[in-house]
Formats: sequence, C-alpha cells, structure tokens
Amino acid sequence: MTSATSRPAPGEPPSSRPGPRPKPAPPSGAPVRMTGAQSLVRSLEAVGCEVVFGIPGGTILPAYDPLLDSTKVRHILVRHEQGAGHAATGYAQATGKVGVCMATSGPGATNLVTPLADANMDSVPVVAITGQQSRPLIGTDAFQEADICGITMPITKHNFLVIDAADIPRAIAEAFHLASTGRPGPVLVDIPKDVLQEMTSFSWPPEMRLPGYRPTTRPHGKQVREAAKLIASARRPVLYVGGGVIKAEASAELLELAESTGIPVVTTLMARGAFPDSHPQHMGMPGMHGTVGAVAAMQKSDLLVALGARFDDRVTGQLGSFAPDAQIVHADIDPAEISKNRRADVPIVGDCKEIISELIDAVRAERENVAAVDLTPWWNQLNALRETFPLGYDWPEDGTLSPQYAIERIGVLTPPGTLFTAGVGQHQMWAAQFVKYETPRTWINSGGLGTMGYAVPAAMGAKAGVPDVQVWAIDGDGCFQMTNQELATCAIEGIPIKVAVINNGNLGMVRQWQTLFYGERYSSTDLGTHKHRIPDFKLLAEAYGCAGLRAESREEVDAVIQKAMEINDRPVVIDFVVGKDAQVWPMVAAGTGNSEIMAARGIRPLFDEDE
Amino acid sequence: MTRHTLSVLVEDKPGVLARVAGLFSRRGFNIESLAVGRTEHPDISRMTIVVSVEELPLEQVTKQLNKLINVIKIVELEPAASVQRQLLLVKVRADATVRSQVLETVQLFRAKVVDVSPEAVTVEATGTSEKLDALLRMLEPYGLREIVQSGMVAIGRGARSITATAVR
Repeated sequence: MTSATSRPAPGEPPSSRPGPRPKPAPPSGAPVRMTGAQSLVRSLEAVGCEVVFGIPGGTILPAYDPLLDSTKVRHILVRHEQGAGHAATGYAQATGKVGVCMATSGPGATNLVTPLADANMDSVPVVAITGQQSRPLIGTDAFQEADICGITMPITKHNFLVIDAADIPRAIAEAFHLASTGRPGPVLVDIPKDVLQEMTSFSWPPEMRLPGYRPTTRPHGKQVREAAKLIASARRPVLYVGGGVIKAEASAELLELAESTGIPVVTTLMARGAFPDSHPQHMGMPGMHGTVGAVAAMQKSDLLVALGARFDDRVTGQLGSFAPDAQIVHADIDPAEISKNRRADVPIVGDCKEIISELIDAVRAERENVAAVDLTPWWNQLNALRETFPLGYDWPEDGTLSPQYAIERIGVLTPPGTLFTAGVGQHQMWAAQFVKYETPRTWINSGGLGTMGYAVPAAMGAKAGVPDVQVWAIDGDGCFQMTNQELATCAIEGIPIKVAVINNGNLGMVRQWQTLFYGERYSSTDLGTHKHRIPDFKLLAEAYGCAGLRAESREEVDAVIQKAMEINDRPVVIDFVVGKDAQVWPMVAAGTGNSEIMAARGIRPLFDEDE
Repeated sequence: MTRHTLSVLVEDKPGVLARVAGLFSRRGFNIESLAVGRTEHPDISRMTIVVSVEELPLEQVTKQLNKLINVIKIVELEPAASVQRQLLLVKVRADATVRSQVLETVQLFRAKVVDVSPEAVTVEATGTSEKLDALLRMLEPYGLREIVQSGMVAIGRGARSITATAVR
C-alpha cells in the first residue's frame, strides 16, 4: 500500500475485467519514441481534447513546448489558475465534453483547488493537469512544491501522481474516462518535471487498469417496476429533477415521462433547462429560493420521484419536516447518494436516460392493469398556489433600478438558446428565477460549492466550447471583482462574452441576511462600488479591451442590452446600477422547514389552511 | 453503536491508505483498528478495518468507500462467521519473585514468552480483542511496562474466498 514501486510485473495479465476504451478511437500504432511532455500532448490529442485553459510555470514548462506545435489542442492563456479551472467547468457544462485545465506546481496547482472542489460538488467532468517538482525533489519542500494529490484527495473523483513517463498515456486515458463516466467529476493528473523530460515510448490506445471502477448504468428491472407501481397509484406525485438529468442528456425522455403521466415537475438549481420553463407542468425551482408552487408541491406530495437529484439541504430545508407524507423513488447513478439524506423507498441505481426510458415503458405497462389516478384535484391545488403566489418583485421605493427587472429583460431580449452563467448570491437566484430556460445546457452556475466569481471564467469556457451561442455572464459586483481579470483573456483570445454586472454596491445576499436576521446591522457588506464608484466598471471594461456600458434607470435597460448584443468583436460589460434593498423572495430561512416558506417578508402562505 | 469489521480489497498503489483513512476522518468516524497487508494476488492489498458506528452511517461509509477508484471490494465480516485475530506484545515487570506467577498466566492464555530479562518478560499473544484484554487485565497487577498491538485481521469461515471473485 505504502510502497510506491509495486506494480504488476511485465507480461502479467491485467487483473481487471476488460475496461471500456476512451470514446474517440484514434489509429493505434507502433510505439514512437518521444519525451514525456510530447507523450502528454499526443495523449490529449488522442483523447479528443480541443481546448486547454492554463498558465505555464517552472515545472509544467516542458509540456508547453510540444503544446505550441499541436494543431488539435488550443491553449488559452488565462490570467489566474482559478479562471482556468472555472473555464474548464464552463466548457464542460456547455458542451457535455471533458474540460481541461493546466497549471504549474505549488501555487499554480493550489489555485485550482477552488474550481476542483466546485466541479466535485456539481459533478462536472474536468481533468486538471499539474506540473510537479522532479522526482528526486519530491518531499524536500522544494521551490513551488505542494502535495497537490494529497490536497485535492477529498475534492476530486480521483487523482494520479505519474512517476513513470511510460504511464502518461494510460493516466490521461483513465483520467478522461473517470471524469466523464459514471457520476462525472474532476480528476487531477500530477506529473513531475523530470517525468515530462525523460524519453519514453508513446502508443495509443493504452490499456486502462481500473479494476475497482464499475459504474452501474443499467437500472435494475425490478426496481423500475416497483417505481412504476408507485407512480401509477400516487395521488400527489412530483418529478423532482436534478442536474443528473442534464448530465445524462435525458431531457427528451423526461418530457415524455412527464407528458405521458401528467405529473408536475420541479427543476433544481442544477437542473434549470432540463425541462422547459414554458411547459404547463413545470412548477418551477424548489428550495430555499424556489417558487411557492414548487416547494408546496414537494411538501404536500405523496410520492417524490427524484431523478439525478441529491436531496441537498438547500432543497429540503430542515430534513425532518421535508415532504412528510411522501414516499421516495430515488434514481441516481451514484449509489452513495441514495438514502444519504432521505431514505428511499425504491432505490434505482443507473443512468438517468436509461432509467427514465424504462420508467416510461413500465408505467405504461402498469396503466394497462390499473386504472389511472385522476390528478385533477392535485393540479387544482397546485394551480391555486401557483396563481396566488407567482414569482414577482416590487420596484424599489427609492426609485432605483430593480435588479430583477434588468435580469428579466436580458432573458426576454436575448435569442432562444442563449447561454447564461452566474456567480453566487442574489443575482444568481434572480437569474435562476427570472430568466426562462427552455433547453438543457443554457444555465451554468455554481450550485453545490457556491463559488463567488464563477460567472466570468465559466462564461469564457462556455463560449470557447460553443462559439456560435450568445453567452451572458450574469454577475454581481462582489463576484465580478473576484475573477474579472479573465476579461483580458476573453478580449485577447477572441471570446466575446457579455457580462451583466448587477451592481448593488453590496454583498447583496449577505446584506439580505443581515437585514432579516441581524437587525439591519450591515457589517462589512458595503463594497463602495456605489458610493465611491470604485472601481468604475465601465472604465474597467474599457481598460480590459472590452466595451463598457451602463444603465441606471428603467428606461436605459432595453437599449443597453440591445447595444450589447450588437457588439460581437469584443466582450461587453454592462454596469447595471441597481438598488441595494431588493431581496430574493420567496425564501425558506436556513434551518427552518419548507412549510415555513415566506412568499415575501412576513408572508407565509400557511399551507395547512386549504386542507 | 455496534462494532463492524470490514474487509476491504484495494489496489496496491501509493496513497490508497490515505484515501481510505481520509474518508473515515472526514465523516467523523474513528477507526478502532486497522491492518493492511498483501494478499495472494500481487497487485491487491487487503485492509481490515474495525469501526464502531450505527447501521445507517456504516452503509453510507461503505458506499463512499466503494466510490474510491482504488477500492475493489468491501465485505463485512460477522464475528460468528469469521475468524478474527490480533497480535499483542507486552512487556511485563517480572523479577524473580513473581516470574513464575506471570509465566503461569501466560500459559493459561496459551501465550508465549519471546524475550526475558532480569526485570521483565515480553509476552506474545494472539486472539480476539476480548481475549487479549482479559490477558492484559491478569498481567496488570505485575506492572505493564509497554504494550504494542497490531490491527485486527479477519477471514471468513468456510472454503469460500472473497478475493476469488474480486479479481476476475
């Protein structure tokens, strides 16, 4: 275990059953002599990597030399490694492919920690390649040495320290396979400098050795039939849809299941776009800032069918009082998610696409034997709630611009299929609420980790992956100041994203909590972006080679959005100067039960009334 | 809380122990005993982990363990259906006046003396943790100068092998 040298003897049969090969099948050839660095670049090409976001440095330098010659792999030089990591996740979420980032050892690698943790929480397929100090120096506290495998162990799906150049193709093939199959996630490959420099032989495809990795994709037929039985007999069922449905590319199947059963659908923050917002069966987003209709549907449900969702605390509220009458069908590709927070009555392990397909047939078969339950009373109840408590907002009394309005107008004026990213905070919730999403992979945000600063680099990565799609980063003034250096990357590399800074001069979500729970004592939430206009986002944008625009009143909003859409030769930043007192509603206060949801401050829809 | 003995087959690769240990500590579980060693397969190691947890958290930790790429298989060994052994080495104060009494205790427990000096004897014993605890209680009055114990190792009773199916 602790020995670094024990590997199978040459010629020995591999202990694993034959593992699946990486998807693209490049021509296999006789081994070619080259350096480890060349082998790395050849491996990236062979595995189908198109873009690498990164920054060179001492130990990764050897890899950058052959990268210069690659015609298949484009390297995008970012300004901070965190930007590279989030760009890789943005790319991955927009395209469904594996995002790749690269950094040098020590600080370069540790700057990737946040994006890797982010990708791990949101199950995003990312491969990070880091340089490491040369083998003889490892463990000596050498210059720019950090034990990045040790550091990222709990925040990656897996990681490798490559100690032999001959292992590079296999490590890359395994990393991409692990990142993109099963429950996707980040994989880090750490390669010492002298491994990159030494001569080795490259051949492709390598043989993967992952005897302990066998993700279940085919669901168990008996469990599917059990679930179908419950679905067919439920009176108040809800399809609780999570990000796994988008990852499994199962939106078409979901639509069919929903329409063939007539069951209401809720989509979590990670699943926005998995089911069309315009669909009459869509009750909206559940959770802390979900719609009253979606939260109520789950609370009153007698059957929750969770599809690629994980009963996160931001969705369930106080777990003990969550959906008290509901039986649970829980479908997920990760068995560890099932019954982790809420006990499942019917667990189904598998790929959501296959599960939903089989559920459609199983429910249909069930319906042949049992009369369909009339869902009309259930829908009457939900429609009443939906009509009484629609999503909405009030205009600020002080005459300032409403942030919700600015975001809503962006959603309305942009063409269908526009892709949105967001940072974390009030603007993120409003972007989830007031932009309408019709198709998957049009909404990319940091859900699990809640990483401020996510929007700009993620938009950059997304735009690099889908250059023909209009990409908007909806950001806050706090978030924007964490990662806006990547505007330089966007301007220079020709990645014309559009950034809407919802500038309320404050760390808005924290301020909202101070308003509600800390007696309006505003400790360290005023950023001064209003009071002092530091920085001036319009000038900042121009300094970065972007177009800088500003809107401060309702009348300016549409014009400035139109203007932004006309500029396509460089990135655009719009400074939306908005009021600081706007709040995100509805809200389930942290630590309370979902039945205590407030539609607005002090207004509790009192769920028990209508029963 | 109940005690559980997990046999975990892992790939013999660097860092695997850290991954497994980290997984337990991250979820606030204390490993009572841990033993790692090679198996009949050159690239597979076997860990025997003893933990005290409730049934539900154990299920979660087992699932999380299964997610580790280097973990090949996990089997919980029930005490009644398995042989469980720990090794104990203990240095007991035993000068000429009490040495014969100490040796008598050692014989009662079918332990053996592996080193002797004018002031002390070193006793080697194997068995379940209950048996070893009982031995230590008997020897304690003489003065226990130093104790070292291995982790528990365990193997299922009968002809079946948990490694046989894991490597196919």
